[in-house]
Amino acid sequence: MNFQVLIIVIGAYVLVTAYLGWLGYKKTKSAADYLVGGREIHPVLMSLAYGSTFISTSAIVGFGGVAAMFGMGLLWLTVLNIFIGIFIAFIVFGKPTRRIGAQLDAHTFPELLGRRFKSRFIQGFSGSIIALLMPLYAAAVMIGGARFLEVQIGISYDLSLFIFAIVVLSYVFFGGLKGVVYTDAFQGALMFIGMTVLLFWTYSLVGGFGSHQALTDLASKVPEKLAAAGHQGWTSMPSFGTNMWWTLVSTIVMGVGIGVLAQPQLAVRFMTVKSGKELNRAVIPGGIFILMMTGVAFVVGALTNLYFWQTQGKISLAVAVDAATGKPNVDKIIPIFINSAMPEWFGYLFMLTLIAAAMSTLSGQFHAIGTSIGRDLYQQAIAKGRHQDRTVPIAKFGIFVAFVITMLLSYKLAPGIVAIATALYFGMCAAVFLPAFVSALFWKSATKRGVISGMLSGFFSWGSWVLFFHEKESAALGIAKSLFGKSSFVSGTSWAVVDPIIIALPISALVTIFVSLATKSNEAKQSDQKKEG
Amino acid sequence: MFGFGDFWVAAAYLLCILSTALCVVYGLMHWNDDEEIPAAVHPPDENLDFEETI
Repeated sequence: MNFQVLIIVIGAYVLVTAYLGWLGYKKTKSAADYLVGGREIHPVLMSLAYGSTFISTSAIVGFGGVAAMFGMGLLWLTVLNIFIGIFIAFIVFGKPTRRIGAQLDAHTFPELLGRRFKSRFIQGFSGSIIALLMPLYAAAVMIGGARFLEVQIGISYDLSLFIFAIVVLSYVFFGGLKGVVYTDAFQGALMFIGMTVLLFWTYSLVGGFGSHQALTDLASKVPEKLAAAGHQGWTSMPSFGTNMWWTLVSTIVMGVGIGVLAQPQLAVRFMTVKSGKELNRAVIPGGIFILMMTGVAFVVGALTNLYFWQTQGKISLAVAVDAATGKPNVDKIIPIFINSAMPEWFGYLFMLTLIAAAMSTLSGQFHAIGTSIGRDLYQQAIAKGRHQDRTVPIAKFGIFVAFVITMLLSYKLAPGIVAIATALYFGMCAAVFLPAFVSALFWKSATKRGVISGMLSGFFSWGSWVLFFHEKESAALGIAKSLFGKSSFVSGTSWAVVDPIIIALPISALVTIFVSLATKSNEAKQSDQKKEG
Repeated sequence: MFGFGDFWVAAAYLLCILSTALCVVYGLMHWNDDEEIPAAVHPPDENLDFEETI
């Protein structure tokens, strides 16, 4: 790449982003503006902001590489991303979230839960675990973005991490959610253009729709080891019930596809629009956007096998072998494909696409962590709702704390922890928030005690499964090893590969239901007494 | 089907497009549908009286 062109392109991108952040700052007059964009964001902006926060670099490069290995079966994740992540999320969850959020004057996701069940504990507890665990996920996204800048521009990892974080911090800090949404929409538009070019260019390189048949015919080239694990070619699902099938269906498709529903940084977006009408309209750009993100990444990922076979006589895994370790690195497949197959100008566009994908996700995370610390934990739970005038300064202080924690984690975390950090965060959101969120929106009989018990049991069962049972995580975290001398209590059994969400989500849901039913009459009586009093 | 190796992958490819089409058609059909605009029923924060009886 031409270094001067590169600097001009990145400089222009940063200037536009800074301008939009400044615009958000200018238009932020109240706490509601800062926290929920004044509840009057345009539906197209809202859906682009939702989509670009949803899709990070890892969805394009990481999962694109996974599709190069597993094949187009990953498209089931795109189906879920569109149907559950957009359609169900906007229409079924989004409308009541917006309505109840406006009725209760809730400004954050924890505040929605807290006010719905009249409990500062729920708000404070939700805020604390977001503040505690989301920095791990934010650090994972930041590390991905900074590594990319390091490789592309050739500056040190530490410096690129710092540049990356300062740009995001400045517009989230000053512009609040309006700054986040404006910059997200610009970044989303860049991502859309980049992925559209990638789709059409790739198909034209490998022979249009006829390439599907050519890729099917390549099935005999699947490495023996993968074939033994169930791989049947890049245009077929793995054999039913094999290890590969379980990994694809349970961990990748179901885990990521459903986990999206209870993510605080996404749910808060529904509270930024004026009415249900805007959400009806927002599903149009939302659906198209996600199709063009993960749909394109997975199709192109699988088709890289055909491209590399036609040009080098190798499949993608063989092309992406790491010289140092001698093992294939799936994260490198998409970047290698872009460098060898696409024209040079596209390299710049794709780089902006990825920087935009990382920044838009990161800004939503910073905002959510900051408002959790400032609004939910400090102002509502600790200060009991006093000092309303200080909401914005306190949220800003929270955003700065989020920045510091995320930076420290980004410097300290081992490279291998990145994917695990993301999975941990997704699993925790589903186990702790999903039953509470569903109860808040759809179950009138859910009680405060039921929801609190459900959240606590979800959190602790998730935490113990992660620390002591699920070997992939418990081994990486090392706490079980240091306390009990082995990396998992169930090492060597199939329980060691059961995802924490499979255990913690049902526990959390059942506890919420049973405790709510058991305490229903009690809480109704208390509220009657209060009314009479 | 469409050159894919099995039915399930072809179905996923098709369903990606169909679910996007569902989003587009739903959005267009309900373009102007609105829910009732809710009145804010929540009292100002300083008057909140949450009792924690856990």
